[in-house]
Amino acid sequence: METITQINSFLAALVLLTAFGMLSQKRISSLIHLFTWQGLFLSINTAIVGYVAGRHHLYISSILTLSLKVILLPYILHVLIARLKHRKDVETVVNIPTTMLIGIVLVIFSYHLTAPVRELSTFITRSTLAIALATVMIGLLMMITRRHAVTQIIGFLAMENGLFFAATSTTYGMPLVVELGVALDVLIAAFIFGMFFFQIHTTFDSLDVDQMARLKEES
Amino acid sequence: MVAGFIIELLQITLVIGLAPIFAGWVKMLKCWSQGRSSPSILQPYRNLLKLFSKDIILAENASWIFRFMPYLVFGTGAMVSAIIPILSTDLPLSLTADVIVLVALFATARFFTALAGMDIGTAFGGMGSSREMMIASIAEPAMLMAIFTVSLSCGSTSLARIVETIYSPASVIKPSLVFAFIAFVLITLAETGRVPVDNPATHLELTMVHEAMILEYSGRHLALIEWAGMMKLFLYISLGVALFAPMGIAVYATPAGISLAFIYLLLKLGFSGIVIVLIETGFAKMRLFRLTEFLGAAFLMATLGMLSFFMLE
Repeated sequence: METITQINSFLAALVLLTAFGMLSQKRISSLIHLFTWQGLFLSINTAIVGYVAGRHHLYISSILTLSLKVILLPYILHVLIARLKHRKDVETVVNIPTTMLIGIVLVIFSYHLTAPVRELSTFITRSTLAIALATVMIGLLMMITRRHAVTQIIGFLAMENGLFFAATSTTYGMPLVVELGVALDVLIAAFIFGMFFFQIHTTFDSLDVDQMARLKEES
Repeated sequence: MVAGFIIELLQITLVIGLAPIFAGWVKMLKCWSQGRSSPSILQPYRNLLKLFSKDIILAENASWIFRFMPYLVFGTGAMVSAIIPILSTDLPLSLTADVIVLVALFATARFFTALAGMDIGTAFGGMGSSREMMIASIAEPAMLMAIFTVSLSCGSTSLARIVETIYSPASVIKPSLVFAFIAFVLITLAETGRVPVDNPATHLELTMVHEAMILEYSGRHLALIEWAGMMKLFLYISLGVALFAPMGIAVYATPAGISLAFIYLLLKLGFSGIVIVLIETGFAKMRLFRLTEFLGAAFLMATLGMLSFFMLE
């Protein structure tokens, strides 16, 4: 049991690390790689929690995570940036060290926020809730600070990863029906985003969402 | 108590004597990895000997700081090697100074190096000093943060206590220690002037940091500074070993324990030399203004380590 808790903490730390890595990464293809790693850690973690808690439906959601977030979504994103000839683009992010510091503040904030829950819960995975919440917030921060549409979507998917992680660590996973629904939603969302990217790209010849300001009428 | 002081002396001589050989080892590995034939492992000694036999040329306007600095830097190196548990944790002097004092000693040496760089008033010296201080201002908080993380999970800032706690069979690998370790590796590269931060082999004026500050030195002054530089690399690695992989360090100072510790030390040094060379050949030197990102990453790692100590342990 002790070792399981250890492994769980390690995976939680790795998820947080990949979240910070994504926050600092400028190249979009490396960003997708990091997202893939996060998905992998998440999937392993789900399987381990399922094993400890004896909830077999967690195995299914682990396999679901593996196939969806480690194989399918990164593949779609890679194809997408290849189609959009976006591969070489290095995004200019405003001041990475500042973003990182905000990220650290968010981690501390979520630690304080989840402290009461940690006191009440009896699960072995309870201490990872703070990290799950921090992952959600860092995903949100990434969506705010980045300008490219693809990076914002990765931020969104990272947020979803955080939510999934929170669900496994606090309640040993949501009911299977809900999880299947969410997985399907994410998949559909990825496809719709893909179409949107093509639309944005053909209209503005760029994926920089700042360009959308041009849609405003002249006043 | 007497045995303790003997080990203390043994350790200081070991660091002073072995540091050039370690520098030679790193150089040798680097040459091999680049497909060149390498100089002998004793080459740093020959360089030092050559420098010691040469005359000192002092600039006319050199003040006492300039003449004092080599001795101070070498002296702090020797003092630090008396504090870090390299062979044994049973060190009388390690009770007088914990790991924060250790960082302060390194900082003193760096402060005087920077002063001496500006003392003559050449453009290069000042440039080197300003760059060194820029690196220090980010590397030192990160270093302290990494050390605090280890101290928190061991419950003490005394190096001997840290070694004993990590060494004990009850301890397990913790996420916070892993983060602190990554941070420490990044900081070691920055502090000892290895490749992503500074190139120890170059005298190309646009890129050098440490070499720019000591450009005006010659003769035995230069020899002492170079020797201290080699000791610094050696000491950072032994500090890393003491904080993160203290296997083999003798808790009780028996002759058998000490000799075993010595063998372990050689193995670990050999291995860390390989790691350094792999990093050096794998990466290119960074632009100076990208260093904030590099050291920022080190700071982030150390902070994450500290946070994960509170959150997960």
